[in-house]
Amino acid sequence: MKGGGCPPLPLTRQPCFLSPVPIPTRSTIFSFCSDPATLEGIQWYSCYLTTGKHLAFYMSFGTVLLLLAVTAPTALLFGFGGAMAARARFTPLSWLGKIYISVVRGVPDIAFFLFFVIALDQGIEYLRHKVKCPDWDAPIRQGNDFLVCSIAKMPLGDAPQWLHEAYGFSLAVLTFAIVFGAFAANVLFGAMQAVPHAQIETAAAYGLSHRQTFWRILVPQMWTYALPGLSNLWMVLIKATPLLFLLGVEDIVFWARELGGSKTAKFTDYPHPDWRMWYFLGLLVFYLVFTRVSELVLDRITTRLAHGQATVDGEAQRKAA
Amino acid sequence: MKSLILSTAALALTASMGLADTVRLGTEGAYPPYNFLNDNGEVDGFERELGDELCKRAELTCEWVTNDWDSIIPNLLSGNYDAIIAGMSITPERKEVVQFTQGYTRPSPSAYAALSADVDLGSAVIAAQASTIQSSHVAGTGATLVEFPTPDETIAAVNSGEVDAVMADKDFLLPIVGETELQFVGDDVFLGEGIGMAFRQSDTDVIAKFDAAIASMKEDGTLNTMLDKWEIEGKF
Repeated sequence: MKGGGCPPLPLTRQPCFLSPVPIPTRSTIFSFCSDPATLEGIQWYSCYLTTGKHLAFYMSFGTVLLLLAVTAPTALLFGFGGAMAARARFTPLSWLGKIYISVVRGVPDIAFFLFFVIALDQGIEYLRHKVKCPDWDAPIRQGNDFLVCSIAKMPLGDAPQWLHEAYGFSLAVLTFAIVFGAFAANVLFGAMQAVPHAQIETAAAYGLSHRQTFWRILVPQMWTYALPGLSNLWMVLIKATPLLFLLGVEDIVFWARELGGSKTAKFTDYPHPDWRMWYFLGLLVFYLVFTRVSELVLDRITTRLAHGQATVDGEAQRKAA
Repeated sequence: MKSLILSTAALALTASMGLADTVRLGTEGAYPPYNFLNDNGEVDGFERELGDELCKRAELTCEWVTNDWDSIIPNLLSGNYDAIIAGMSITPERKEVVQFTQGYTRPSPSAYAALSADVDLGSAVIAAQASTIQSSHVAGTGATLVEFPTPDETIAAVNSGEVDAVMADKDFLLPIVGETELQFVGDDVFLGEGIGMAFRQSDTDVIAKFDAAIASMKEDGTLNTMLDKWEIEGKF
């Protein structure tokens, strides 16, 4: 590779090393963007808002939405598992469920995020290390270093960047799911207790087994009690997504801060003063619109779930019909 | 005993080097001219150019990763990337945790910048990025230190009047002073032992490769050309 021109480095789109221009390539959408210094007004903004960096910013909205789309069902699953465990008749299992609910709910989110992601990452690598490199005799902790053999790395050191990002993202999803799962577990646990006892007794009188009662009587009826709590959780989850930034995922907060910071003409074609306020205002609007849409959807679900229930809402629907 | 452990680790590493000769370079991406994200969102700057050339000379494949300054050392130690190349000055405190290559800049002058020239640096409120040599320097003077997580925010704090002055690497402040109302106040201060790449202490093999590459760039003058191009003070 030596002396043979430029090596094919990942992330490099610069044509050749030691080229005299600091920022050699410009990928632009509009043809008039080739010399932004001469532009003004709308043209300047249309170029500025379509730089590669801004496209990455717009993509990061997708990251946040994807996180929500994956995390919400996963957290609900964790919550359902936790609630089922907490009300299990087998005492150790019930303890396990209750410990999960109270411990995770009792730890500050940020502390849990910072601790758990590192612990999980090192835990996975430690297990892989034990399996894949049994002959390794050097200690894993050497002073400050956490050292496992290179084939036990997660993901492998030579894996492409997107795999590293996907791995980081999955750790984030799992952590979010565990935290919000604990809250969901408590909500679902309460909802299961709220189903009128007469319903359970009637089921028993019809000869339904414990399992049948749970799945056919209890679960279909509990959602109407769980929904107010779950919708709260959903709102909090939406607002908690900027925590992604804490986990090293380049989310909308990262890009808003990066793009908004003042830029000097030397390092960008689009110099501007400190615009962070406007970028954060944009985020604010995004979150407000998103939570408003969520509210509308949740209202509809509430109405639908109340149908046929022995609650005030259900009764009102029956009378209106 | 410790050296025995280290040498076994080094042996084991050399044995496994054939597998993973991709080196992941961690940088902050918010500290021009050293490293920043350009308009395309890619890592750019003096250290991008330097890192690419070093990897070419060491015959390694390199990948760039950005990470928050605050957690840049912990994430190196837990193995999220293999090297830090982020305008990090070599200091005795950091040497206890990570191992540095030789410096690729001279000990760089740090400077104060403020909106007005009559700031009394001995008693003023001064902004600096958290966990930098500048912040520990300010803490050692009579001034009141206010720390911010990113360099950008230190500048914003001076402009909004939240603090009286900012202290940072002079190379970082130069273009800002040139284009905004900020001006340099007081004399330059020389801190640290120059900027170097930082590695895990156990990665002796890779450090040697990069150290040799830096030495060869100093020898044939390419490092000086690069320092000139990015207008960084001090030459070898």
